[in-house]
Amino acid sequence: MPPREPVTGAPLLSVQDLSVHFRIGGGFFTRHRPVLLKAVDGVSFELRPGETLGLVGESGCGKSTLGRAVLRLLDAATGRVVWLGHDLGRLPAAELRRRRREMQIVFQDPLAALNPRMTAGEIIAEPLRTFQPGLRPDEVRARVKDTMAKVGLIPQQINRYPHEFSGGQCQRIGIARAMVNEPKLIVCDEPVSALDVSIQAQIVNLLMDLQRDTGMALIFISHNLSVVRHISHRIMVLYLGRVVELADRDRLYRNPRHPYTQALISAVPIPDPELERRKVRVRLTGDLPSPLDPPSGCAFRTRCPKASELCARITPGLLPIEPLHEVACHHWDR
Amino acid sequence: MPSIPRIAEAEAREAPAVVPTLEVEGLETVFDTPDGEVKAVSDVSFAVGPGETVGVVGESGSGKSQIFMSVMGLLAANGRATGSVRFRGVEILGLPPARLNRVRGERMAMIFQDPMTSLNPYLTIHRQMTEVLIEHKGMGEAEARKVAIAMLERVNIPEAARRIDMYPHEFSGGMRQRAMIGMALLCRPELLIADEPTTALDVTIQAQILDLIAEIREAERTAIVLITHDLGVVAGLCDRILVMYAGRIVESGSANRIFYAPQHPYTDGLLRSMPRLDAGAAARLATIPGQPPNLQRLPSGCAFRDRCDYRMEICASERPPLRDIGGGRHKACHLASL
Repeated sequence: MPPREPVTGAPLLSVQDLSVHFRIGGGFFTRHRPVLLKAVDGVSFELRPGETLGLVGESGCGKSTLGRAVLRLLDAATGRVVWLGHDLGRLPAAELRRRRREMQIVFQDPLAALNPRMTAGEIIAEPLRTFQPGLRPDEVRARVKDTMAKVGLIPQQINRYPHEFSGGQCQRIGIARAMVNEPKLIVCDEPVSALDVSIQAQIVNLLMDLQRDTGMALIFISHNLSVVRHISHRIMVLYLGRVVELADRDRLYRNPRHPYTQALISAVPIPDPELERRKVRVRLTGDLPSPLDPPSGCAFRTRCPKASELCARITPGLLPIEPLHEVACHHWDR
Repeated sequence: MPSIPRIAEAEAREAPAVVPTLEVEGLETVFDTPDGEVKAVSDVSFAVGPGETVGVVGESGSGKSQIFMSVMGLLAANGRATGSVRFRGVEILGLPPARLNRVRGERMAMIFQDPMTSLNPYLTIHRQMTEVLIEHKGMGEAEARKVAIAMLERVNIPEAARRIDMYPHEFSGGMRQRAMIGMALLCRPELLIADEPTTALDVTIQAQILDLIAEIREAERTAIVLITHDLGVVAGLCDRILVMYAGRIVESGSANRIFYAPQHPYTDGLLRSMPRLDAGAAARLATIPGQPPNLQRLPSGCAFRDRCDYRMEICASERPPLRDIGGGRHKACHLASL
């Protein structure tokens, strides 16, 4: 595990009270009233250049929605996203479009994210043509080949189609497309989840190398807590759209304070037979509640071993318990 | 048509050694494709005994699932399997479906990664669960319902008596997976084959399912095969592990030996390339270079040699046989030791 010192300095990105609420149902043919689904609810954080923030949580916790909302890819978002001092929500459309060059995204399913009718070269060149239409064709080609080499692709394969590449190579094409404009931030949405174990390590190393060389920031979304621990400086744990714990990497894994984080970490299987047989897990009962009808108070209380009457009444706020460590739990010290 | 011998008879014949629940010998599985024959499984042999859990580990295309599709008689139409598959000492490979159906579903069951491939979306859980009991066990409607509800409770479905009348889509992902496991266990099979049973699940639900599988093994002495790409999942649960690469077993042995002292470079590489929650400081993840193999264009000799840090001249000319290296372990590698 690489040392990951806390990154300091002026933030690149400052997210304040970000919420994404979707209105579900209530269509012409239904007799149901529309319900509000709070996919992301009141999330705030800052991100510095060269820093990796890991977003973890189970399916439906809002981690992908949060990643997209930060990039302003969702209309339903409220709250402020401040990028290098500019409130993205207030930027004129043309200016926002120019800024988009600096923030990119890499998706989970590498093949689905690539247009099968375009060659690798055309795919990687597309953001260049969009944001730098003045470039000459030979300049575009040189930049594409250069980027392909940086992500570990063979530049001679520039004219091949996605189906001619393996899953790991397709993910490299996706990363090359995100990198070609030298962005300051890449949101990686489960970038290694669809890959074989031996290929996952190649992609994780690649992202870390690219970060070291370019100083870009990463938001790394994953349900794999081992991978997140390896790559992140700080980690945010989400449950039903709310932040339950936010801390730097070592504090979170050594000393998780939220019962949900504790359960998540203890549930991760370790490839060591003796440790695994001896391990005492924090067992969670039941399933994730429906996000359409979350429990009152603390959303985690229905599965929480520490839940009390207080938890049903009052939603716990995210509060600092030590430097670089915030927890949203009434009973974090019990 | 001779019926399948009863367990007691089979055991008496083979006494004093216990007859393995499943015995696979020299299994070869071949698919006809427009581009020619593809050999998905080559010369695979192993056995699983009562109460034993065997993990089968490998990446996509390693043949790990196709071994058990062959065992269950579930190969796609363009596939065929040769060799020998014995269930409780009786040959079942190539049996016609009608005869195979007396064994599979009742005495051996398989669960899959995606529960929706096993659950019929048009039928209630009740219909799907009682059907097996009425068909295989000759139970009446009322008794079957009672047994089915008890099984749902056993696999931790809350409010089982109410939920049994629901459709699969009304269940959460974890509940569907548990319902499917419950269904597979209804006839109390002697062999349970679980193909990536937790891959689609969140980690806390995965932990529940793994606990459940361990409980079943303790209570019923079921022979269990766990097919997975995740070495973490097999570590705590399995007694023995088979590591597959390009359709062949490349290493096998007890879980402890495989994890603490892997002897095949591929096993070693897999273990090193996984980031671990309990790991110390290492700047980079070790990687296995290159890609998992294309079965249609396997290199000569050892299929792993292109990606192997230890390759020698002999690796290109001779395919290493799976050999006994002592301590109940086998490996297919020319290296004397790693």
